[in-house]
Amino acid sequence: MGLKNDVILQTVTKVAVFIILAFSIHLFIGGHHNPGGGFVGGLAVVSAFTLLLLAFDLKSLRAGLIINFEILAIVGVLIAVCTGMSSLLFNEPFLNQIFGTINLPILGETEFATAVIFDTGVAFAVLGTALSIITTISEDICKWRQ
Amino acid sequence: MMNNFVVLPLVIPLLSGLLMALLRKNVRVQRWLSILSVLLTFTVSYHLLQTVKAEGIQILEIGGWTAPFGIVLVVDLISALLLMTTSVVSFACIIYAFKSIGAEREKFYFYSLIQFLLTGINGSFITGDLFNLYVCFEVMLLASYVLLSLGGGRVQLREGIKYIVINTLSSTFFLLGIAYLYAVVGTLNLAHLSVRVAEAGQTGLMTTIAVLFLIVFGIKAALFLFFWLPGAYSAPPAAISAIFAALLTKVGIYTIFRLYTLVFYHQPHITHTLIAVMAGLTMLLGGIGAIGQWDIRKILGYNVIIGVGFVISGLAVFTSAAVAGAIYYVIHDMVTKALLFLLGGTMISIVGTGKLKEISGLIRNHPSLGWMFFITTLALAGVPPLSGFIGKVLIIKEGLSKGVFQAGFYWLAGIGLLSSLMILYSLMKIFINGFWGETQLSKEMEKGTTQGLLFPCVFLTAVCVFLGLGAELLYPYIESASQSLIDPHSYIQAVLSEVV
Repeated sequence: MGLKNDVILQTVTKVAVFIILAFSIHLFIGGHHNPGGGFVGGLAVVSAFTLLLLAFDLKSLRAGLIINFEILAIVGVLIAVCTGMSSLLFNEPFLNQIFGTINLPILGETEFATAVIFDTGVAFAVLGTALSIITTISEDICKWRQ
Repeated sequence: MMNNFVVLPLVIPLLSGLLMALLRKNVRVQRWLSILSVLLTFTVSYHLLQTVKAEGIQILEIGGWTAPFGIVLVVDLISALLLMTTSVVSFACIIYAFKSIGAEREKFYFYSLIQFLLTGINGSFITGDLFNLYVCFEVMLLASYVLLSLGGGRVQLREGIKYIVINTLSSTFFLLGIAYLYAVVGTLNLAHLSVRVAEAGQTGLMTTIAVLFLIVFGIKAALFLFFWLPGAYSAPPAAISAIFAALLTKVGIYTIFRLYTLVFYHQPHITHTLIAVMAGLTMLLGGIGAIGQWDIRKILGYNVIIGVGFVISGLAVFTSAAVAGAIYYVIHDMVTKALLFLLGGTMISIVGTGKLKEISGLIRNHPSLGWMFFITTLALAGVPPLSGFIGKVLIIKEGLSKGVFQAGFYWLAGIGLLSSLMILYSLMKIFINGFWGETQLSKEMEKGTTQGLLFPCVFLTAVCVFLGLGAELLYPYIESASQSLIDPHSYIQAVLSEVV
C-alpha cells in the first residue's frame, strides 16, 4: 500500500479520523435508547482505522496500535458473556439488565445501565475481529506484491 | 419453570472456548479445559434431564423478556437427552484428538473451535426461537468450516469450499423461510408459531414454507440432499470427522423433528409423506453408496447417510412408539457413528491409507481394534442386545402395523430392513478385507501407533453396549420424550404459560 505523496488524502485523514472517532463514541453512548450501540460504534472505529490504513500504511497503523487484535476480540466476547453471566449470581435470568440514575456534577441526572458493559464487550469484539480481518488481508496483499 | 441452568450448556463451552483462545500456546491447559468443559456440560445436562423428568419442561426467558416477545431457551426431555449424548461423544473425540491431531492444529485454536462447535450444537438443541436457531446453526457451521479446512491439505480445501458453498446456500434458504414465515404469521417463537399456525390453519402457503424448510434441513441433515456429505466427512482427520459425523447431521435431524411435530403437523399427507419418501430414498441411495465404495472413509460417510434416513423414517411413521424408536436410534447413532469413525481413523493411521484393497490382516497385531469394530458393526446392523436393535424394532414394527392402513409404510419398513443388511454388508466388507487375511504389516512397518487412541474407542464401545443392555433404564425418558413430541401441548404450555 502506501500512496507516498497523497498529501490531500493524508491531510484530510488526519482531521477526519478524529471526527469519525468522536462520532463513534456518540453512536456507542447513544445506542442505549437510540439507533447505535456497541456493534455500530465498534464498526465506526474500524472505519477510522481503515481510513488511516488506506492513507498511510500498515506499518504506521501497527506502530500506533500496539494491541493484539485477536486478543482484543476474545476479551470483548469474554466481557459480554461474563456480563450476561453475572445476572446468574443474583438469580435473575441470563442477560438480565438493570439501570439507575446518578446525579453527576456537570452532566446532571445521568442514566447508567449494566447493558453498557455488555455493549463495551460487543464493541471490543467487533473492533478486534474487523481489524484482524482487514490487517490480515492487507498483509496478504503486501506479500503478494513482493 | 424458570431455570437458569438451562443456559449453561450454551455458556460453558463458549466461555471455555474463549479462555482457550487466550491460552493459545499452552496446549496442556487447553486439553484440561476441554475435558473439564465437556464434563461440566454433561453434569448440567444430566441435572436438567432429572429436573425435566420430575418437574416438566424447563425454560429460561433471556433478559427477563416474556415468551413471544423475547427469546426463550427451552429444555425438554429430547433436548436434555441429546445434550447428554453430545457431551459423551465429544468427550471421546477430544481425548482421541490428544494423540492424533498433531501440535500444529492444537496450537491453531483446535480445542477452542471444538468448544465453539459445541456451543452452536447445544444452542440449537435448547433454543425455542426460530431465528435464534438460525444463529446457533451459523455458530456451529462457522466452527465446522474452520475445523474442516484447518491444516489446509489439498483435499481439505477442495471439500471445504464445496461444504461452505452448499451450507451458505442452505442457510440463505433458511433465512428466506424464516422471513416468509414471519410475514405470514408474525412470530418466530416456536411455541407461538405452533399456536398461530394451528389457529390460521396450515394453508397451501404454509405448507410451501414447510417444504422449503424441509429442503433446508434436508441439506443440513443429509436427508436425501446428501451429495456433499461423503466428500466433506472424509477430508479432515479422524477426530474431527468423528465429531462431525456424530453431531452435525443430528442437529438437522433434531430440527426436523422439532418443526414437523410442533409447527407443521397439520398436513401430514403432504409434508410427512414427502419426509417418508425422502427417508426411504436416503436409506436406499446411502446403502448403495456404502456398498459400492472401496475406501474406508467413504464407506463410513455413506453409513452416516443411511442412519439419517432411518431416523427420519421413524418421524415419517409418526406414532408415539415409532418416534420413541427414532429418538433411541438417534442417541445410538451419535455414539456408534463417532465410534465407527474413530475406529476407521485408527485403521487408517496404522496403515497409512484408506483403500481397502491395500489393507489386510490387521487383527493379528490389533485384536482389540478388530473386535471393537466387529461389535460396532453388529450394533449398527441392529443385532440384539446391542444398541441399534431397540430403535430398529420399534420403527419397523410401527411401520409394519401402519402399513395395514397405508401400503406405503410397508415399503418404508422394507427399505429400513434392507438398509440394515446394506450397513452389515458394507461394514463386514471393511472387517473382512481389513482385519482378515494375511498380515502384511509387521509391528515395525506400521505408519502409526494405536497408543492412546484405543481408550476413547473402548469408552464409546462401553457406552454402546450400555445403551443396548441398559435400554430398560433409558426407556422411560425416551417414552416421555416422544410423548411430548407427539403432543406438543405441554411444550406450548411451558413456554407461553404467562400469555395463554
